Amino acid sequence: MTAVIEARDIALAFGETPALRGAGLSVEAGEVLAIMGPSGSGKSTLLHCLAGILVPDSGEVHFNGQRLDTMNEAQRSALRRDRFGFVFQFGQLVPELTAEENVALPLLLNGVRRAAALAEARPWFARLGLDGLEKRRSGELSGGQAQRVALARGLVARPQVLFADEPTGALDSLTGEQVMDLMVASAREQGTTVILVTHEPRVAAYADREAIVRDGQARTLSAGPVAS
Amino acid sequence: MSVPLTLLGLLEREPSHGYDLKRDYDAFFGRGKPLPYGQVYATLGRLARDGKVVAGEAEPGDGPERKRYVITEAGVTEFETWLKDPVAPEPNLQSVLFTKVVLALMLGRDAEEYLDAQRAAHLRRMRELTELRRTGALVDALLADHGLFHLDADLRWIDLTTARLDALAEAVRS
Repeated sequence: MTAVIEARDIALAFGETPALRGAGLSVEAGEVLAIMGPSGSGKSTLLHCLAGILVPDSGEVHFNGQRLDTMNEAQRSALRRDRFGFVFQFGQLVPELTAEENVALPLLLNGVRRAAALAEARPWFARLGLDGLEKRRSGELSGGQAQRVALARGLVARPQVLFADEPTGALDSLTGEQVMDLMVASAREQGTTVILVTHEPRVAAYADREAIVRDGQARTLSAGPVAS
Repeated sequence: MSVPLTLLGLLEREPSHGYDLKRDYDAFFGRGKPLPYGQVYATLGRLARDGKVVAGEAEPGDGPERKRYVITEAGVTEFETWLKDPVAPEPNLQSVLFTKVVLALMLGRDAEEYLDAQRAAHLRRMRELTELRRTGALVDALLADHGLFHLDADLRWIDLTTARLDALAEAVRS
């Protein structure tokens, strides 16, 4: 197995407040990993460091064996655009754009011509049960529909890694599980690694493996044999 | 799972042979633990003795006993009463999980390690149920959901207990 992302002993403080204290984590290619932990434990901060959104004060983050934490902002930005996809909990769609333009956005930002980007975006609507919603704006979509559009946008450029921060946090249980079903199935289909932050065990159960963050440190859990 | 009441429910649907009852029981409720024929016929015998079902004449044919069973008024009443009564909520205050944590703390052992192992075992089972829910028929999905919600509740308790271990250790050692 090959680690696509690896954090080694990373620490990050916001002012006087330490968020990560020597966290380490390795994610294999094609894996779906859930990062869990109590509120304020540092799990979102860890995700943001893995994705190059934040730079740790110390320690190393590697992507495909390359140091990500030593790249400059422009390099990290290019990496996020080219290789990573993102799904967050709230407010991700650009309200002025239609749903299909929102899905096509990563391709447009990568320089793909509009017609080609939209052609690439459209099949996602049938795939995610969004047929007929292509021309709607975000205000005309339900929470579950908007999140599926956001998921399509996260995956449309076939990223190597999809980062999802509480992707079902604003959805009811049934809608959330539909989104998770689609996320995991689509990611597996195109070989995208998924790193998912969630505090919900039912969401984490979609992952192959989970890591728990407590007090700014991450540990991978392993289940021993279960007593009968 | 109450086998007699479940069989009464299946008979409330339509009069059936023991074989049909076993087949439907196994399909909907067996979940890898098929009901032995002996138990089916013993249960039907007791239900008949208690006036909850009546057995028709034996029908000609090979194989196991071929009698058609019909639910009686008394059987319908018993089944309806059971169906309407909510199941007693079971807070499981003395569950194995709880006992292990308290004992670990009392003995100065690593309760967090135990809770993490339990959390991993719970999540592994939840992954299996999630897969069943995703790939199985609706009936399987509903059963998987039932299991998932219960495991989810346990995990929330594990989280809360993990967060309170220091205070709990003081309480049980004092």
